Amino acid sequence: MKQKDIAALLDEPACAHNKKSKSGCAKPKPGAAAGGCAFDGAQIALLPIADVAHIVHGSIACAGSSWDNRGTRSSGSRLFRIGMTTDMTEQDVIMGRGEKRLFHSIKQAVESYHPAAVFVYNTCVPALIGDDIEAVCKAAAERWGTPVVPIDAAGFYGTKNLGNRIAGESMVKYVCGTREPDALPESVQSETKIIHDVNLIGEYNIAGELWHVLPLLDELGLRVLCTLSGDARYREVQSMHRSEANMMVCSKAMINVARKLQDAFDSPWFEGSFYGVGDVSQALRDFARLIDDADLTERTEALIQREEALINEKLSPWREKLKGKKVLLYTGGVKSWSVIAALQDLGMEVVATGTKKSTEDDKARIRELMGRDAVMLEDGNPRALINIVRENDVDILIAGGRNMYTALKARIPFLDINQEREFGYAGYTGMVELARQMVLTIESPIWSAVRQPASWHVARDSKAVVNEEINHA
Amino acid sequence: MPEILKRKKALSVSPLKASQTIGAALAFLGFHRSIPMLHGSQGCTAFGKVFFVRHFREPIPLQTTAMDQVSTVMGSEDSVIQGLKTIAEKNNPSLLGVPTTGLSETQGSDINMAVREFRKKYPQFDAIPVVPVSTPDYSGCLESGFAKALEAIIDTLVPLADDAGTIPGKRRRQINVLVGSFLTPGDLEELKDIIEAFGLRPVLIPDLSDSLDGHLDSDDFSPLTIGGTDVSELFTLGDSVATLVVGDSLHNAADKLKQRTGVDDYRFEHLMGLEATDRLIQALHEISGELVPYKLERQRAQLQDAMLDTHFMLGMARFAVAGDPDLLLAMSQMLAGVGGEIVTAVSPVNARSLKQVIADRVKIGDLEDLEQMASDKKAELLITNSHGVESAQRLGIPLLRAGFPQYDTLGGYQKNWIAYRGARQLLFELANILLTLEKGEIHPYQSIYAQKTDFREHLI
Repeated sequence: MKQKDIAALLDEPACAHNKKSKSGCAKPKPGAAAGGCAFDGAQIALLPIADVAHIVHGSIACAGSSWDNRGTRSSGSRLFRIGMTTDMTEQDVIMGRGEKRLFHSIKQAVESYHPAAVFVYNTCVPALIGDDIEAVCKAAAERWGTPVVPIDAAGFYGTKNLGNRIAGESMVKYVCGTREPDALPESVQSETKIIHDVNLIGEYNIAGELWHVLPLLDELGLRVLCTLSGDARYREVQSMHRSEANMMVCSKAMINVARKLQDAFDSPWFEGSFYGVGDVSQALRDFARLIDDADLTERTEALIQREEALINEKLSPWREKLKGKKVLLYTGGVKSWSVIAALQDLGMEVVATGTKKSTEDDKARIRELMGRDAVMLEDGNPRALINIVRENDVDILIAGGRNMYTALKARIPFLDINQEREFGYAGYTGMVELARQMVLTIESPIWSAVRQPASWHVARDSKAVVNEEINHA
Repeated sequence: MPEILKRKKALSVSPLKASQTIGAALAFLGFHRSIPMLHGSQGCTAFGKVFFVRHFREPIPLQTTAMDQVSTVMGSEDSVIQGLKTIAEKNNPSLLGVPTTGLSETQGSDINMAVREFRKKYPQFDAIPVVPVSTPDYSGCLESGFAKALEAIIDTLVPLADDAGTIPGKRRRQINVLVGSFLTPGDLEELKDIIEAFGLRPVLIPDLSDSLDGHLDSDDFSPLTIGGTDVSELFTLGDSVATLVVGDSLHNAADKLKQRTGVDDYRFEHLMGLEATDRLIQALHEISGELVPYKLERQRAQLQDAMLDTHFMLGMARFAVAGDPDLLLAMSQMLAGVGGEIVTAVSPVNARSLKQVIADRVKIGDLEDLEQMASDKKAELLITNSHGVESAQRLGIPLLRAGFPQYDTLGGYQKNWIAYRGARQLLFELANILLTLEKGEIHPYQSIYAQKTDFREHLI
């Protein structure tokens, strides 16, 4: 990928980071960097597309330690869970045989697995030796009659965030708009309501949490043409251009997709979240607002009223347990405000939140929620997080899986909020699971056991004190 | 000697291989107050970190030189120097490892020069040992990367006997133990116990059972490893009475250690099963001059009894095994030792130890190969890492998890496979799994003339 293409992707007009500091896109510092690379970001963004053969073109480290590594779920095809890589050898590198190996790899994937399409992820080594993956993909697509999409996201191009953008860019460039949506089957047509087409962008169906939300959309008559990319199929991505409204779910990562769909196909978009009762309702209202169908608006309000009453009843025992409990939230970007609202809704007090990846808008929203004195953490190194927990008597740390064992070693109750987690928290029903998981860790009897020193240590210490006193006397 | 079947496919499907780079990182994690910094792009480290965090369920100290477009094109030595300085300044580690990646090697980064430059520029950090090692991920696998890192550590940090004035046997009770990546922290604990039972003091290189054994420390946070071999021990290896080497992959590292220290070594391909353990005990008996402790005699007798009890299930049982070469060799000899048959053997790379694997052929390949061959050969039990779950499901046979990574169960890292006790436990486990298959179960048959009414009804 050329430097100017990367620069163009980083210069995203719809991204609020672009206006002020580019903290989310900052250059990493050797010896003090955390987080993934562009390839990581691209793969994470697209891997959930279930019926595609995802081929990682490169040496083993890229696929070898990352395949089959996400909590995302599919309602059908499991092809995406099979790791595929060209596993380049030293000879491939020296002799320049990468392109040839890739070409034959695509053939092998098509013949053994009959995928709806093949995605080819470029990585550092082939990018460096100059493999032209775009040309190989084009030739292979013609030869084997299956779409082959190049995703040029070598790790050294930049951060995970850039990789997300590259992934989105590749979808808009090569896939969206290559097929018209299916006609609505008669069985789901209705005389009383109009069915509207929408997309969810940046929703990954972690632990299947999308399935908490889909029934609501079905009931409202919102057909999700495509979720990019949780539980998606290739043919769904192809039809994304026909939606009437797009929701950017809880992440700015693929904001370029939303913007480009708007530029090219006039589909309006909004940013929302499915975490927390208030936000789920808001997202549903935003769909109704953008689609601007009075009947839909009315039915949406009715549904919200019914669901909120239902969920509030289910949540009330949990609210009692969680009331007044203190939380330290350390997540990236948009999640920081969307999860704050959800936690406050449960009666909890958020003492501080991470804002490393948040935009100025996000921060304004956080201030609105937490008050002017909200503690915002730019740098969430483990030491700083632990200190805040100690200073503020925090009851639970909510962060990504990478911080989990740091928290546990410091004997701090913990909840994993990132993509590797095993539980879905989205939608109204997801809130009950969220509450349950928090109570489960906060009220666990293990904490006193792991904090308590062994009796002989206690005895020795007190004896030592006694001895000291005697000596002093 | 098995026939070695080379890789023929262009595409690797369901990869079995983990990279050399993270193998090297793992070796560094077995030293106290250590941190590896991978020389590559950020993802190399991020993926490696997640890989080990999920396996060990521990925080894993791992850093990166974070190569970007500029350093990839213009040269990345500065990134190494800057990275070393940052870590040295912030954390003052006792050991800094710098394994290279496919990216930095393809680019032609001169890692040794970068370290020399770092030394020249920042003499204030001279006390911090830095060990660069070339481990591109386009060759080798986790096992070979681990071995290369040990070789580099020995080469860089173990002094020549003449220079340091070390004399083999000066420390009459100290014994060096060079251990390969296929030994779990649980294995290492067992090994230390056995050696100590002979009144010897083992120095493990490296000691993952002291750093990644999953213990709750009194300190609440450390950016470096907590526990592991103390780097200062490396200066005394030349005084030890002997060296034990476990794992054929370590032969270069062992040669180097012997060459530098002059300490005699005893080499073992593995320590699984009765025969291999007997060799270890015999060696320790000779080295220490002590009688074999009663406890071990008893454990040996227990293993023999277990072999009797389980041979009905394990005899002629058909195993499909995939793993790095040392593990594959160990497993095949252990299983063959109780009458099992290795009908499918797959290794991610070729290695000299594969020649001794007890199987008709060894395939250099991936889990797709394993699955196909296991299906053709009607394997009854699969032994490989957690990635084998889906294969086992499709094959409809049980899976025993071994090797890296094991992320879908807890405690895989602390399982003891070696010596009499580990072997006994493993035999019971395998036999129990095989019992669930209900082999030899004869399906009920009722005569077409039978006057029984219940069974027919059931059929209808």
